[in-house]
Amino acid sequence: MKAFQKLKLGWGIIPVAIFLGLWEIIVRLNLIPGHFFFPPFSVVVGEFYYLTVNGVLGHNFLSSLIRVLIGFSTGSVAGLFMGIIMGWNRVTDKALSPIISLIYPIPALGWLPLLMLWLGIGEILPITIIFICSFFPILYNTATGIKTVDKHYIQVAKSLGASDGKILTTVVIPLALPNIFTGLKLESGMAWRVIIAAEMVAIPTGIGALMMKAESLMRIDIIIVCLIVLSLMCFLFERVFIFLEVKLTGRWR
Amino acid sequence: MPSIKLKNISNYICQNINLEVIDRELLVLLGANGAGKSTLLNIIAGLIDYKGTVFFGSKPVDKLTVNKRRIGYLFQDLYLFPHLDVASNIAYALRIQSKMTEEIKLRVKELLRMLKIEHLSYRYPKELSGGEKQRVALARALALSPEVLLLDEPLSSLDVQSSKYLRTELKQLQRKLGITTIYVTHNLTEAEEMADRIAIIEKGNIEQIGKAEEIFFSPKDKKVSEFIGAPNILNCDDCHILGRGIVEVNCGGLSVIVYDKGRRIKKIALLPRDIYVSEIKPPGHTNVNRFKGTITDINIISEIVRLKIKVGKNNLLAELPYHIFEGMNLQIGTEVFLILKLRKIKAL
Repeated sequence: MKAFQKLKLGWGIIPVAIFLGLWEIIVRLNLIPGHFFFPPFSVVVGEFYYLTVNGVLGHNFLSSLIRVLIGFSTGSVAGLFMGIIMGWNRVTDKALSPIISLIYPIPALGWLPLLMLWLGIGEILPITIIFICSFFPILYNTATGIKTVDKHYIQVAKSLGASDGKILTTVVIPLALPNIFTGLKLESGMAWRVIIAAEMVAIPTGIGALMMKAESLMRIDIIIVCLIVLSLMCFLFERVFIFLEVKLTGRWR
Repeated sequence: MPSIKLKNISNYICQNINLEVIDRELLVLLGANGAGKSTLLNIIAGLIDYKGTVFFGSKPVDKLTVNKRRIGYLFQDLYLFPHLDVASNIAYALRIQSKMTEEIKLRVKELLRMLKIEHLSYRYPKELSGGEKQRVALARALALSPEVLLLDEPLSSLDVQSSKYLRTELKQLQRKLGITTIYVTHNLTEAEEMADRIAIIEKGNIEQIGKAEEIFFSPKDKKVSEFIGAPNILNCDDCHILGRGIVEVNCGGLSVIVYDKGRRIKKIALLPRDIYVSEIKPPGHTNVNRFKGTITDINIISEIVRLKIKVGKNNLLAELPYHIFEGMNLQIGTEVFLILKLRKIKAL
């Protein structure tokens, strides 16, 4: 079994290794016109090492990471909380749904100019953007998950003596978990995409800001390093939630 | 255990229903789809609004919400909690009541043993067969030792064999625990096998209540008789007591053997579903209660098919499940072989 799993992992790595190998060979053989704009993979790796050792990458990465962690966790918790209330309580749902429906379609970055004026340029700005980016979709998915739980499960729980509160915590929320995780998985990656965009436009530190500086210095290798970091973080965050989802719902779904 | 009494119960389906289920009795609520059977159960459980009064014993329970009524409710589709394993499903009600962990463990173990599902303890509902799910759902409903058990077509999704087997067990369990029970079904055989008494429900009205024999052989009116399939009643011209509890009667040219204590029989009755119908001659050398007839009418009523068959001077009504009828090539005019089920013939 273990050997089989190793083999499966190997199959996943092989295409990536081929892609990187081809990248290196094609650029080294000057097969792409204007190769200046396209450094070989080994140069990108060298730059990655250099930026890591001198602390530039670590510093900027940490700035982005802290923003994402704070913004995403507060946005998710608030979205979960509000989603549960709206999904469970019809009155709250009816009262808040029209407002949420109006605000939800606005892209998180659309708030940027307004928030720059309201909050100024500082740490609170990217955190708020990430908060908004996470809050609405997670609220929406959670409320949908809660509302779509089959009402018969609620009736069964009632017939077994459960109060409304107990039904919510022991039946409805667990059954809504698959929907909740869909929101968390999507938004954990989205938080990284949004923070990079926000840092590019308005914040002087972070991976996005580093990319903009690299662009002005024509340092394609640094831009690619940043893109790889972004890609890895999106992947890693999504994986964390996939792992949690499997752990919490895999056995019974 | 308390009796269940319904006094002037009405809602959007039920119309002024009065009904009493005696203490420890198993009453079968029998009716077609949409007759109001499940609605009446939901009223008793307190899951839907209604007018009138529901009593458990002498105590009205109308003001009690469903979670305070101390009922065990087995829903038609069971609705086992998919996120909980078998033991946790059964323990659900006990955990809700904040019982001690040891007490919960003991009760769950007892129920697992009672329903013969100890080996399923750590499985999840998706890993269970239909019959296993039924047992788990029943154990869950019984966990808090309810005073009243409501069973809404609990065996409808099972195959014929499993359903028959579980029916017997369910009945034994109900007897053993002595819980006042209402069992909803649209299946006549199930009703007859399970019931202490049967209540026929039609369009939100209770049409007739009585023991199975009373209902099947003395339907109150045309509505009931159409639903259950009116019995074949044959006048007997001649009667020979053969001894050993066996009597031979002659009904319009048919010689029928009947179990009886040896009195003169004037009429015999047999339900349509107690006549076997076959296209080919049944095996065996005996001719007892075996006849040949011709189909004169075919009436398809949802899941069952009623055949009118001319046998000698008699017209007999026989009944087949639709899926069996589909597999046969029966038409008006087809010659068929009949066997009258000996033990089901009732001497009147």
